[in-house]
Amino acid sequence: MAEIQVDRNVLSALQEVMEEAYPELLDTFMADSETRLRELQKTADAEVLSHVAHSFKGSSSNMGATRLAELCHELELHARDKSPSEIIKLVADIHSEFADVRPVYEAERQRSLTH
Amino acid sequence: MQPLEPLTVLIAEDSAADRLLLSTIVRRQGHEVLTAANGAEAVEVFRREQPHLVLMDAMMPVMDGFEAARQIKTLAGESLVPIIFLTSLTESEALARCLEAGGDDFLAKPYNQVILTAKIKAMDRLRRLQATVLQQRDLIARHHDYLLNEQRVAKAVFDKVAHSGCLSAPNIRYLQSPYALFNGDLLLAAYTPAGDMHVLLGDFTGHGLPAAVGAMPLAEVFYGMTAKGYGLAETLREMNAKLKRILPVDMFCCATLLSLSFQRRTVEVWNGGMPDGYLHCIATGERKPLAARHLPLGVLSPQAFNDRTEVHSMAVSDRVFLLSDGVIDTCDAQDQLFGVERLQQLFAANRQPDHLFEEIEQALHDFGGEARDDVSMVEVSLLEAAQVSPSAPVYSDSGQSCPLDWSVSFEFRGATLKRFNPMPYLLQLLLEVHGLRAQSGALYSVLAELYSNALEHGVLGLDSSLKRDAQGFARYYEQRNARLDALQDGYVRVHLKVTPEGEGGCLAIRVEDSGKGFDVTRVMQRPLDDVRLSGRGVSLIRQLGRNAGWSDDGRSAHVEFFWEALA
Repeated sequence: MAEIQVDRNVLSALQEVMEEAYPELLDTFMADSETRLRELQKTADAEVLSHVAHSFKGSSSNMGATRLAELCHELELHARDKSPSEIIKLVADIHSEFADVRPVYEAERQRSLTH
Repeated sequence: MQPLEPLTVLIAEDSAADRLLLSTIVRRQGHEVLTAANGAEAVEVFRREQPHLVLMDAMMPVMDGFEAARQIKTLAGESLVPIIFLTSLTESEALARCLEAGGDDFLAKPYNQVILTAKIKAMDRLRRLQATVLQQRDLIARHHDYLLNEQRVAKAVFDKVAHSGCLSAPNIRYLQSPYALFNGDLLLAAYTPAGDMHVLLGDFTGHGLPAAVGAMPLAEVFYGMTAKGYGLAETLREMNAKLKRILPVDMFCCATLLSLSFQRRTVEVWNGGMPDGYLHCIATGERKPLAARHLPLGVLSPQAFNDRTEVHSMAVSDRVFLLSDGVIDTCDAQDQLFGVERLQQLFAANRQPDHLFEEIEQALHDFGGEARDDVSMVEVSLLEAAQVSPSAPVYSDSGQSCPLDWSVSFEFRGATLKRFNPMPYLLQLLLEVHGLRAQSGALYSVLAELYSNALEHGVLGLDSSLKRDAQGFARYYEQRNARLDALQDGYVRVHLKVTPEGEGGCLAIRVEDSGKGFDVTRVMQRPLDDVRLSGRGVSLIRQLGRNAGWSDDGRSAHVEFFWEALA
C-alpha cells in the first residue's frame, strides 16, 4: 500500500545526486517532517498552518512523497476556509500518510548504509 | 561548452532537507555553497561573504524571501547578483511578488537537477555580462576623463600660443567656440613690424586632438614670420612646406590669410580651400567674394605650391568677413545644408553690421536645431594708423656688442627678386643697432616702401597711377604678378650706412633700381597728407624718415634715421 505513495524514480535520482550523503538526506527529511507534524498539531492559527503546510509540501515533493505533498497542498490552500473539524481531519490524514511512508525512507536508509 | 567558473552560491531555505539537497546539487557542480535558514540570516551572510548568486526560498520565518531579496539587491548596488526564487508557489500573484522584490528567475519544487544547472549557467552569463558592461562603462568614463584632461592641457598650451597674437585688437571681431580648436578651427592675428596686420582663419581636416596638433606648428610659423616682417607669400610657402612635411597625407589645413595694410589701405588675400570670404564695401553695399583660388596648406609639394595673393583696396569703414565651413555646412533634420544662399540672404537682411554674427548664429540655431562646435567667424576692418599698437619686440642681448660704424651694400638681381623677400633679413641686421630698435616700425615701413617702389615701379615698370581706383588696383596687381613671372634682368641695390654721432648715431639708407626713373619734381610737389592709393608711398617715406630725397631721375632714393643717446 505505502509503496505506491513514494515515487521510486525520485528516490533513485536522489541517491544518485546525494551519493554518500543520501542517508543523511533521509535522516534530515524524517527529522524535519517530525518537526512539521508537531507544528501542525500545536496550532489552530490558519496563517501558521498554511505556512508550515507550504514548507512541508516543498520537502515532501522533493523527496518523492507524492500523496503527502498533495495533502499538505490542500491544507496550505484551505487552512483559512475549512472548518476546525475538517482541519483536524486533514492534519490527521497528513499524520497517518507520513506514518505510512516513513518506513519506506527508513528502509532506504538501511539499504543504502549496507550497500 | 565553456567550463563554468566556480561561483559562490548562497542558498536560503528554511526546510533542512531541501537545503541539504540543494547544497549537494550545487556543490557537485563545482560551486562553493553558503547556507541560511531564513531571510535575515541570508542578508547577513550576503553582507559578509558577497556571494555571486542567491537561491532564495520565498516563504521563510523571521524574514521572508521577498524582503531578503529587496535588501540583497540594495546591498549589491550596480553589480548584478542574480536571485533565483525557490518556490512551490503556484498563484501568479505570488510569482509576480518574487519579480517585484528583485527576483531574476524561479525554480519550482520538486527540484530538477538539469533545470537547476541550466538556470545557474544562464544567470551566471547574465551576471558576467553586467559585470563586463560596468567595467567597460567605467573604462569609457576613465578614457573620457583622460581625453578631456588632455584637451584641457592642449588648450591651455595652445591658448598661450594663440593669444600671443593680437586677436583683441579693436579692428577684429570674432566668434569661436572655446573648443573650436578640437574641431580643427584656428584663428590667429599678429602685427608685422611695419604695423600691418596678418590674420589667419584655418580649418584642419578631422576632429579632436589630431585636428589640433597641426595648429601648433602652423601658429609658430605664422607668428614667427609675421613678427620678422615676412610677407604673406613667404609665410604661406613656409606653412605649406612645414605642414606637408609633418602631417599625414589625409591631413591638411584649409586657410584664408589676410594682410591688412593700414597705411596703404589695402587687404591682401590668399584663400586655400576655405569658403568664400567677403569684402564688404560699406559705401556701395557691395560684397566682393574672396574665393578660394588654391588648394589647402599641406597638400602640394613646395615646388608646386602657389603663393599668389590678391590685393584689394579698402576704405576704413569696409569690413572683411571670413567664416569656416561649419557655417554653411550646418545641416537641418532633413540633412539639408544651410548653404551660401541663406548666408547671403542674412547679409542682405542685415541692418546693423555689428549684429551680423549674432544673426548668423541665431539663423544656424534655428536651422540646425542645435548649437555647433565648429562655427568660426571673424570680421576685420582697417585701423587708423594711430590705433595701431604692435607689441614691442623683446630683445635679450645686453647691447655691449652693438655695431655702430659700418656700411653694407646688396644687389638683388632678376631671379632673386622673383621669390626672395630681403626685408626680414635687412631689418634683423639693422635691429642689431640698439638705437634703431625704438623706431623699428617706421624703419621697416620705410624700407619696405623703398624696396617695393624700386621693384614694382623701377624694375617692373608698373605705373602707380593705375592704383587710383579699385579696378585699376586689381589690374595693377595682375600686371605685377605677370611681369614678375617674366622677369629676367634688372636689379635692386640697397646700401646701408651706420655712423656714430656723439652719443647717438645715424642710419643712411639708399635704394637704387634698374628702372626708368620718374619725374621727381612733380611727385614731390604733392601735399604730405596724401592718402590716395597711388603716389609711390613718397609721403609715407617723407613723414617717417628724415632728409628723404630722390636722385638719378628717381632711380635712387635715400632717407636717414637718427637716434639720440640711449637711456
